[in-house]
Amino acid sequence: MTALLRISGLTAHYGDFQALFGVDLTLNEGETVAIIGANGAGKTTLMRAITGVAKVTAGSVSLADENLTRLPAPQILTRGIAMVPEGRKLFPSLTVEENLLIGAHARSGNGYWTLDRVQAMFPILRERRQSPGTALSGGQQQMVAIGRALMSNPRVLLCDELSLGLAPVVIKEIYAAFPQIKASGTSIIVVEQDIGQALRVADHVHCMMEGRITLSGRPADLSRDAIHDAYFGVTHA
Amino acid sequence: MILVDTLAQGLLLGGLYALFAAGLSLVFGIMRLVNLAHGDLIILGAYLILTISTVTGLHPFLAVLLAAPLMFGLGWLLQTHILNRVLGTDILPPLLVTFGLSVVIQNGLLAGFTADSQKLTAGPIEAASVNLGVVTLGVMPVLTFASAVAVVFALNQLFYRTALGRAFRATSDDAVTAQLMGIRPQSIFAIATGLALVVATIAALFLGTRANFDPSIGPARLLYAFEAVIIGGLGSLWGTLAGGIVIGMAQALGASVNPEWQILSGHIAFVLVLLIRPRGLFPRAND
Repeated sequence: MTALLRISGLTAHYGDFQALFGVDLTLNEGETVAIIGANGAGKTTLMRAITGVAKVTAGSVSLADENLTRLPAPQILTRGIAMVPEGRKLFPSLTVEENLLIGAHARSGNGYWTLDRVQAMFPILRERRQSPGTALSGGQQQMVAIGRALMSNPRVLLCDELSLGLAPVVIKEIYAAFPQIKASGTSIIVVEQDIGQALRVADHVHCMMEGRITLSGRPADLSRDAIHDAYFGVTHA
Repeated sequence: MILVDTLAQGLLLGGLYALFAAGLSLVFGIMRLVNLAHGDLIILGAYLILTISTVTGLHPFLAVLLAAPLMFGLGWLLQTHILNRVLGTDILPPLLVTFGLSVVIQNGLLAGFTADSQKLTAGPIEAASVNLGVVTLGVMPVLTFASAVAVVFALNQLFYRTALGRAFRATSDDAVTAQLMGIRPQSIFAIATGLALVVATIAALFLGTRANFDPSIGPARLLYAFEAVIIGGLGSLWGTLAGGIVIGMAQALGASVNPEWQILSGHIAFVLVLLIRPRGLFPRAND
């Protein structure tokens, strides 16, 4: 498999607080990678550092061998990395349809994802297209956020805490879209606190603890105990 | 009959105040920046039209077509090189910078054009009027009001019907998430300030053709503009037009009782509206 996104020794700070400590991670073409970890493990900071929103203090991010480290967020999007941010972050002044269209703001040329295709994947978004984005239920808002990110036709889609605050049936509905997203040629990184969900969708899983990756492997190769220990930081004497 | 005439004149005067205010409202709506130099930038626009008109011999209504793109460029440069550097979570630095800019513009105009009053000469149209039976309206005030409605309508179309307008609203909602959509907030802000100065140039045309101006009158225009924006509801363009009309009508009514009460009446109306509706007449839902 070809490495699409390569993260090497990534370090990031919030002021004096160091949130990431030399994180290494590779996402291969066509793959789904899950990052699990408890609150404060550094998962969201990692997503923000990849997309240029959080300041990188050391290390590198490269996409298909192009170095993207320290590029501004809008340029990272145009290179092919889009993010579904934690908490959805829909624009309250925009309707559902406008929230989707703004995702294609910087897009040049054609691609698989169009407004029609996104609305076909999540039909409720066509029905509610004139509603303010923030008037939708949490699950529907998450669909808008995913559709909005796809509208840029990214090579890599970063999904930060998709299942946060959603009912299991809604989470299932959202993850049901993943095969189509993968089939469109988009590789995916999901950040999840829901370990079971992460293991179901991912080809590779990384567990983070205090700004470091403490466990990596294929879901089938990782024992339940090893994941439990890495997730909660349990050490055995 | 006199009351109808007074209210009609007040309505039309409100158009001028709405033009003063529309640019201020646009900039505030997108980047939460209160530009204290806005009034002085209107006066700068009036001097630019005067200069173009004097040098080329063009009628002010044509000179404004040359002045507007120049003012757009000035707004773009101002935002890119000065205001973007000070915008942030602290509202004080941009306020201080625009206050400083106001002083610089006033003194620059004083040095360049002296303190003598100037006027844009539009010819016979200045004295022309139309008799509607019930009231007689000056052509210039009608043109001013029509321009205000056209400007607010055009800005609304831009905001709600174009990709640029979507980017304006998204950036105003959440500049960090807007960057994840490939939007560069600083470029959006520069375009917004450029547009605000185009609107300021249109305001300058009607200000300069209807009355005398000199380098010192900018701050008073800012005050009227600010009141119109606040009355209308921060960031609402149609609200800004309504705010301008409220001030214009209040001034006309005050002046009909006693000419010395004209200015005071506008300010009293401002306070009264705020007492009844502290967030203005048409506040944005997400402010």
